[in-house]
Amino acid sequence: MRFLTEFRRSDLAAPLIARIAARSRTAVNFMEFCGGHTVTIFRYGIRQVVPETLTMRSGPGCPVCVTANEDLDRAIALAHVPGVILATFGDMLKVPGSRSSLQAAKAEGADVRVVYSTLDALDIARKHPDRPVVFLGIGFETTAPTVAASILEAQETGVSNYSVLSLHKLSPPAIRALLDAGETAIDGIIAPGHVSTITGSRAWDFVARDDGIPCVVTGFEPLDVLQAIDRLVAMVEAGEARVEIAYRRAVQPEGNPVALRMMDEVFEPAPAAWRGMGMIPGSGLRLREAFGEFDARTRFPVDPGPTVEPEGCLCGDVLRAVKTPHDCPLFATACTPETPVGPCMVSAEGSCSTYYAYARDHDR
Amino acid sequence: MCLAVPARVKTIEGTTAQVEIGGVTRPVSLRLTPHAKVGDYVIVHTGFAINVLDEAEGAETLRLFDEIARVAEEEEKGEEA
Repeated sequence: MRFLTEFRRSDLAAPLIARIAARSRTAVNFMEFCGGHTVTIFRYGIRQVVPETLTMRSGPGCPVCVTANEDLDRAIALAHVPGVILATFGDMLKVPGSRSSLQAAKAEGADVRVVYSTLDALDIARKHPDRPVVFLGIGFETTAPTVAASILEAQETGVSNYSVLSLHKLSPPAIRALLDAGETAIDGIIAPGHVSTITGSRAWDFVARDDGIPCVVTGFEPLDVLQAIDRLVAMVEAGEARVEIAYRRAVQPEGNPVALRMMDEVFEPAPAAWRGMGMIPGSGLRLREAFGEFDARTRFPVDPGPTVEPEGCLCGDVLRAVKTPHDCPLFATACTPETPVGPCMVSAEGSCSTYYAYARDHDR
Repeated sequence: MCLAVPARVKTIEGTTAQVEIGGVTRPVSLRLTPHAKVGDYVIVHTGFAINVLDEAEGAETLRLFDEIARVAEEEEKGEEA
């Protein structure tokens, strides 16, 4: 397939791997922010082929994983409001909240529907004009514009029974918080490719400018990730820190201005609770007052109940890269993809789920 | 969650395009990429084209990889000689 298989060619990967090994002298830690990158790194055995000098750490870039229990509980409570149809991406269904999950709510009779796109949720609202349809807005900057677009379309076409529970998160404030906390050594960052398609690589300028850490935006094929590592090693060895793009076919420095404008029209930054990281100022998106009628939070004031964190689950520490899934006593014992205790085991791009699939008994 | 795949635009009607992904045709919203044209490759995330792929940049990246491979091969030959 165009733009995919060419970037998986092993005959091009081998020389790149050799070049990384030949150039890397300094022992450093590189973090891939995005869970999608973690999957690529494990699926293609990239941790096994990079030199011992490089330690790869997986970051918090999994929207399902970072969703706080209190927010999950609110979504589950919302699903139980009589008449409500709760539409969500499939990833959210099995995520355990304090006492239940959306899947359990569905089994108990709540009308929870899995959709592929916000436009499908809008279609459900058009088909059921007598029932409120709430879309569970989860995701980073990649997804938020698609949710903004659905709200604008609902407004333009007069779909008044559609609303959104926005749990969207912004990625740069999370990286800022990780760097400020200083718990994890980070000498280079692989920045998320599809988030940057929207935000542009400029969103990461602060990493190089304020922290002197090199940063490379890249895509999700193995050659993309290897190129990012190659560039990070080159900058580390030269003592330089810049933000570079190794995914030029999809990312420009200025991002997608149309999507950014739409996101800004509908949403404004707000404090948000992240699993493992607590409240981070300006890291969430709430609906602007002008779009209040589409805000499920004010339209359906529900009591999410007291928040209970899953006992023994290290998901929060794993998200901050201070622990790996192997440090968790529940990993692959009490917590498996079939019986997940924490969200990092549920999402296909959660670190625990990726380790379970590709590195159940080793770290590389 | 941020999964997105490249797809070729076959037809456009209003703000909706029919795109081809691995032999399957499906509708995709162009609301975030109103400048997309028939024949363009777009990157699709949850039913929306979130950007138009730059074919020239894609080819340039591959050329760069070829160059790295060529240099490595020459160095290897040089060492053997």
